[in-house]
Amino acid sequence: MSAVAEWTIVICILIGTFLSIVAAFGVLKLPDVYTRNHAASKSTTLGVLLTLLGTLIYFYATDGEFNARIVLGIVFIFITAPVAGHLISRAAYHTGVELSERSVQDDLSQKK
Amino acid sequence: MAFQILLNVLMACLWMFFESSVTLSTFIIGYLLGLLIIFMMRRFFSSRLYIYRVFAVVWLVLLFLKELFLSNLAVLKVVLNPKLTIRPGIFALETKLESDWEITLLANLITLTPGTLVVDLSKDNKTLYIHAMDIEDADEAVESIKLSFEKAIMEVSRSC
Repeated sequence: MSAVAEWTIVICILIGTFLSIVAAFGVLKLPDVYTRNHAASKSTTLGVLLTLLGTLIYFYATDGEFNARIVLGIVFIFITAPVAGHLISRAAYHTGVELSERSVQDDLSQKK
Repeated sequence: MAFQILLNVLMACLWMFFESSVTLSTFIIGYLLGLLIIFMMRRFFSSRLYIYRVFAVVWLVLLFLKELFLSNLAVLKVVLNPKLTIRPGIFALETKLESDWEITLLANLITLTPGTLVVDLSKDNKTLYIHAMDIEDADEAVESIKLSFEKAIMEVSRSC
């Protein structure tokens, strides 16, 4: 395995793990459902994406095996994660979950 | 657009029969020659040359990836900042896009933008309700980003 591939794998997987940890901290720290959703839907998307990318490169570099299922997994996560985040926040809003008291503006409440 | 691609594939197959060699490299050469022919005959097609739309799609995917990285940086900053200074809020955004898939794409793109998340869509498909992590610096910057996204999506969907 060449040094370049090794470093790429290490960097991909470490950054992916780091982003997942940050997402977990964000879910603990942020004040309400909507802001938590920001952290969860964005950081984990890129975190899982980078981890999968690292795995893909690892198996390509060691076994010379290009695993197309990992590519499919990356694409599916990329498409579905923002939709899931949107649906959770929409369901929360329509069941009447309050915004945190920091919020300054709520245009949706004036909707007819 | 689909018709042009189909025509191009057909011309590539024709080229394989001319050469009487059924290999990938012959197919690619035939495809490129077919592209050249379609380019020269472009005034006879009612829609745009399809290659422009392919480029627009690639551009949109690159935009998606860039925004994903930037939004992760923004979330990182908020989460790792020891003081919680954010001022969240929901604002409305009018959109010019009409068909369902365009609006879906725009909503996904906005969700992956730094500090914004789509909460709801009005019944007439005209207004997107967006939750912003930090409404003060978001408002203007986001508005301009939205315009560039809308333009990129229109670039894909425009037919003539």
